[in-house]
Amino acid sequence: MIRQLFQYKGGVKLPEHKQQSTRLPIQKAALPQRLTLPLQQHIGTPSTPIVEVGDSVLKGQMIAKAASLISAPVHAPTSGRVIEIGEYAIPHPSGLKAPCIVIETDGNDAWCDHRKPVGDCHDYSPDQIRDYIRNAGVVGLGGAGFPSFLKLTLGNDRVVETLILNGAECEPYITCDDILMRERPLEIIKGLMIMKHALVAKNCVIGIEDNKPEAAAALRGAIKELAVEVEVIEVPTRYPTGGEKQLIKILTGKEIPPKALPIEKRVVVHNVGTAAAVYRAICLGEPLISRITTVTGALKKPANYEIPFGISAAELLAQAGVEESSVERIIHGGPMMGFSLNSVEIPLIKTSNCLLVTDKKTVPLLDKQQAHACIRCGSCADVCPINLLPQQLYWHSRAKDFDKVQDYNLFDCIECGCCDYVCPSQIPLVQYFRFAKTSIWQAEQEKKQAELAKERHQFRQLRIEREKAEKKARHKAKAAKVAANNSENSDKKQAIEDAMARVKAKKQQAAEASPEKPESGGNT
Amino acid sequence: MQLNTPSSPHIHSGDQLSQLMQRVLWALLPAITLYVVFFGWGIIVNILIAVLAALTFEAIALRLRKRPLGSNLGDFSAVLTAVLLALALPPLAPWWLLVVAVFFAIVFAKHLYGGLGFNPFNPAMIGYVVVLISFPREVTTWLPPEAISGESISFVGALSATLTGTLANGINPDAISMATPLDHLKTQLTQNHVISEIIHDNTIFGQLAGSGWEWINLAFLVGGCWLIYKKVIHWHIPVAMLASLALIAGVFWLIDSERYASPLFHLLSGGAMLGAFFIATDPVTASTTNRGRILFGIGIGILVYIIRSWGGYPEGVAFAVLLMNMLAPTLDYYTQPRVFGRGRNS
Repeated sequence: MIRQLFQYKGGVKLPEHKQQSTRLPIQKAALPQRLTLPLQQHIGTPSTPIVEVGDSVLKGQMIAKAASLISAPVHAPTSGRVIEIGEYAIPHPSGLKAPCIVIETDGNDAWCDHRKPVGDCHDYSPDQIRDYIRNAGVVGLGGAGFPSFLKLTLGNDRVVETLILNGAECEPYITCDDILMRERPLEIIKGLMIMKHALVAKNCVIGIEDNKPEAAAALRGAIKELAVEVEVIEVPTRYPTGGEKQLIKILTGKEIPPKALPIEKRVVVHNVGTAAAVYRAICLGEPLISRITTVTGALKKPANYEIPFGISAAELLAQAGVEESSVERIIHGGPMMGFSLNSVEIPLIKTSNCLLVTDKKTVPLLDKQQAHACIRCGSCADVCPINLLPQQLYWHSRAKDFDKVQDYNLFDCIECGCCDYVCPSQIPLVQYFRFAKTSIWQAEQEKKQAELAKERHQFRQLRIEREKAEKKARHKAKAAKVAANNSENSDKKQAIEDAMARVKAKKQQAAEASPEKPESGGNT
Repeated sequence: MQLNTPSSPHIHSGDQLSQLMQRVLWALLPAITLYVVFFGWGIIVNILIAVLAALTFEAIALRLRKRPLGSNLGDFSAVLTAVLLALALPPLAPWWLLVVAVFFAIVFAKHLYGGLGFNPFNPAMIGYVVVLISFPREVTTWLPPEAISGESISFVGALSATLTGTLANGINPDAISMATPLDHLKTQLTQNHVISEIIHDNTIFGQLAGSGWEWINLAFLVGGCWLIYKKVIHWHIPVAMLASLALIAGVFWLIDSERYASPLFHLLSGGAMLGAFFIATDPVTASTTNRGRILFGIGIGILVYIIRSWGGYPEGVAFAVLLMNMLAPTLDYYTQPRVFGRGRNS
């Protein structure tokens, strides 16, 4: 079947640099002595540790559980002992520290014994499959790390027409998906079939950029071998085709609105690596404890490594033979959207798809010179895949006109970096947009806090008034009580007086009855 | 290990502003060459004086504004403004005319507004209009093609005429200068002559439009197409401008071809091609959305025709461009493209 492909506007053709890291097969990274496992390796709430310092753990054992719906558990990548639960630097542009579980490996790599491989996923309901995937800690391996079971959940009355596997891998240098598709196509297709079952999806499509013919051929071979109905579609190589919404547009012609989920348009997209992880979780009972990471750039043997999570970047780079002296920078992720590490002493996690090592000679990343003035040439608008007007966004971001910048849909920007890449004035546009976004978020946060403070103040006022009123009421009640007491007393007085009066009256009567006995008789 | 940590993206296409400007200059080369072929070396002297003046004023303005000289002088934007002005003004014009025009273009139209990227009006056209209004005689005195005047203008001759007012052989350029074809046509039409009569046997008219001019305009067209091919400019403005000019000229020409010149004449005369590909497309002062660019181009095309046919000046490109410059910000705001995944109005 020949499928009509669609096009999204914009995008750029980038130098690929992909051959260098696909020459060698997947290398298995040697187990280091320590693994540092951040509690948050996904989008959502950090997981909660369920082990304590000193505990022995086995490979595949859950060491931190999901803390909420949008969260993912963490498993021990190998056997060993928990030696610390503390704060370590994590792979994040900020270089901030976050809670991690540190495991000292024992070298036995002994599996825990409660693995429950599922024979045929069709013997289980989609709900059960989702639970397995959730408990296996599977998150999107394409980059964002969104818990996968959520993207395998159908909402009310939702139907999935097309389940897309994303094998586009449009960022230069990165080849972890490419090599996985070449070497483990069966895992991917089997995983895809499990996902299809979980979503009750009608069609399955795999989108691959046409610069990966080997990967496409391998997948086609696997599809034939398994005799399943999956379409492998080669899409034009163009950045950012691997963006979820861009790929959906190309394959289906549908545009997913900003803030909307693809499932609202009956489409779900998963990364090819995620499909393989799902296969391992369901068919082998292996939770997500390792992934393929590309180590490429300025080193002698660029290759893809299967890494246990928690291995430090320094360790992996050393294993890959990187000479630290020549390194200029190390990028976590690709050159377009990745971030540069400020230290190699960070653990690699579920979303670590690539380490790009650069030096001044072999990987000269064209450093921007001093930015010139924007001449509004519009090259940025031509390449923006979202069809924004970066030149206007820049103008208003620079002027800190944050209302206007939202008029031009700043928050639809996906920070793909295309505008930056082509800008002849070499203006760091994406940085300006990030600045504008954070400023707006901050302002909103402050507004919220101000509102909260106002609320608190009002509540305090209310409380004071209420207390005053209560006090008043209490006083009133007391006064009433006193008054009541008083009136009781006066009753007694009255009774006494009455009695006295009666006595008096009696005396008088007696006196009247015997006048000869004058009253003064008493004086006698 | 000390690592360098700039933010993404970490790569760049290598495109540079100066390269963009240089490409525009290269695209002018065919027309300049033909200019020399038809009209002699005057244009080269014009360009040299204008460029020299532009760089001087640019350097002074940058120094006064405490901006780095090197990177800004090297961006070729002042050079481009100067060359465009030199092309807009008549060859053999006195040197001070060029200097005044360049002064207003660089200092007033550009730096007083904040420098490159901040000027609302096309600097070259501001410079041109200032001298057009202040010194109408000097600006409207054009040489006919050498083939017509029989006078070949050498480089030294042109330099001498520009600096001293007389050609090297002592001839005053005024003696051989003539009105441009557009000017001539306009004056004759106002005297109730009909077009066939005006053009008939007049050597300043060539096969398509003005003699010599028609080829120079075609050379601008070629250069402009190369710029579109190289993605230095977008097609929208030139196509919209030329199409609207041709369309409106065509309608009037069909109504009365004796009183209104043909669309081809309009397209290949005066500054139509230079304006369409090199002046209206100045990105700083033009609209930057695609729909905005089309409206911007249409506006210029219509205004050019109106000014040429019924206005006080034989040529209207400069005024048309400046008028539409005023409208550009509004056009931009109301012609934002549909954002991915959003409806037209959300």
